[in-house]
Amino acid sequence: MATATITDRPGHGPMLPAPFRVARREQDTADTWTLTLEAFDGPGPSIAPGQFMMVYAFGVGEVPISVSGPPGRPGPVVLTVRAVGAVTAAICKAEPGATLGLRGPFGNAWPVAAAGGGDVVVIAGGIGLAPLRPVVLHVLGHRDRFGSASVLYGARTPRDLLYTGLFADWRRTIDVEVTVDTAGPEWPGRVGVVTKLLPDAAFTPARTTAFVCGPEIMMRFAARALLERGVAPERILVSMERHMDCGIGLCGHCQLGPTLICRDGPVYPYSTLAPLLEVREL
Amino acid sequence: MPLFEGLGDEARVLIAGCGRNVHFAAGDRVFREGGEADVFYVVRHGSVAIEAFLPARGPVTIETIEAGDVVGWSWLFPPYRWHFDARALSAVRATVFDAVCLREKCDGDPALGYALMGRFAQVLIDRLQWTRLRLLDVYGNGDHH
Repeated sequence: MATATITDRPGHGPMLPAPFRVARREQDTADTWTLTLEAFDGPGPSIAPGQFMMVYAFGVGEVPISVSGPPGRPGPVVLTVRAVGAVTAAICKAEPGATLGLRGPFGNAWPVAAAGGGDVVVIAGGIGLAPLRPVVLHVLGHRDRFGSASVLYGARTPRDLLYTGLFADWRRTIDVEVTVDTAGPEWPGRVGVVTKLLPDAAFTPARTTAFVCGPEIMMRFAARALLERGVAPERILVSMERHMDCGIGLCGHCQLGPTLICRDGPVYPYSTLAPLLEVREL
Repeated sequence: MPLFEGLGDEARVLIAGCGRNVHFAAGDRVFREGGEADVFYVVRHGSVAIEAFLPARGPVTIETIEAGDVVGWSWLFPPYRWHFDARALSAVRATVFDAVCLREKCDGDPALGYALMGRFAQVLIDRLQWTRLRLLDVYGNGDHH
């Protein structure tokens, strides 16, 4: 799905960041923040679920960040960012009123509308819930168009879980199951890998579309578990990450075999991706 | 119970003869590290935490076991001692199986023993694979987001 980018306007090129103001900054976990960014001129871009922005912390650097806010309508850009390096740390420290540069949106989208009429399973690991939140928001906003809907979410510890304040609202109409890798006795929930949640998830494999995002090895295990349940490989969608620099398919840094993830991805059917993941040198 | 799916009626009757239903309230200890492992449990309802007690940290939950799954395999091999603690996270209904009774029946009926060991091997392999995945600490680092 092609969308107009904020840098398509006259005087801009796709490589020139547009200034955005930090309107809100909310802490999700010890190292993860959700920023709401408003354009200085106009309502902001329309972003499809799964697309990413190139986010520039002036004087520090630029990184690709998946959009975690509501999809499909022009408005503020919502980004959930984990501080894992100098650039993401600078972005996370941006207080309301600060200015960040944005390019995009880039990449293709989760085909969530096409999943309508069937069941939906969202499998997320760690920060991978951020790019999937637009999928969840779409399903919540069009609940009558889908069959069963499940979010299966795994994180390292209970302290690393994102969006926990939203789960009660989500659970009114969809199933949300959470597990962590390790926990103390105060944690009343499940401990174990996220794929352990799959056997209890209620969905009909033949009519299910699965959306998977997280560390690559987690996605491989999740995809295998989904295949074992009978979900068709072309209906298992995964979001890939590689080192994306230009965002527009020019620099080649995000090449994975015959595909450029920034241009052709980041969302791929597992049927397309599985042969590439088996090549260890890629 | 998924553990016993595919077994013949005769085998099921033999196994059932070693089992009885039990209940645990939330927070109840199911077993304690070092204790005699003379039983195993199949959870029918609720959730059980497998825990290790770490000095200066207290109890840490290693894994949770849900309805349909097995708690306990230390009954399989000497010295028949629990390696971890187990605690009911919620009200739990389970079937507890007398390990001595079952081992005797397996010794006397190698076909039953083979079938049962195959099922427990699958449980062990699943838990091992999950543990290996968690050892990688995949959520710890490396995301660009």
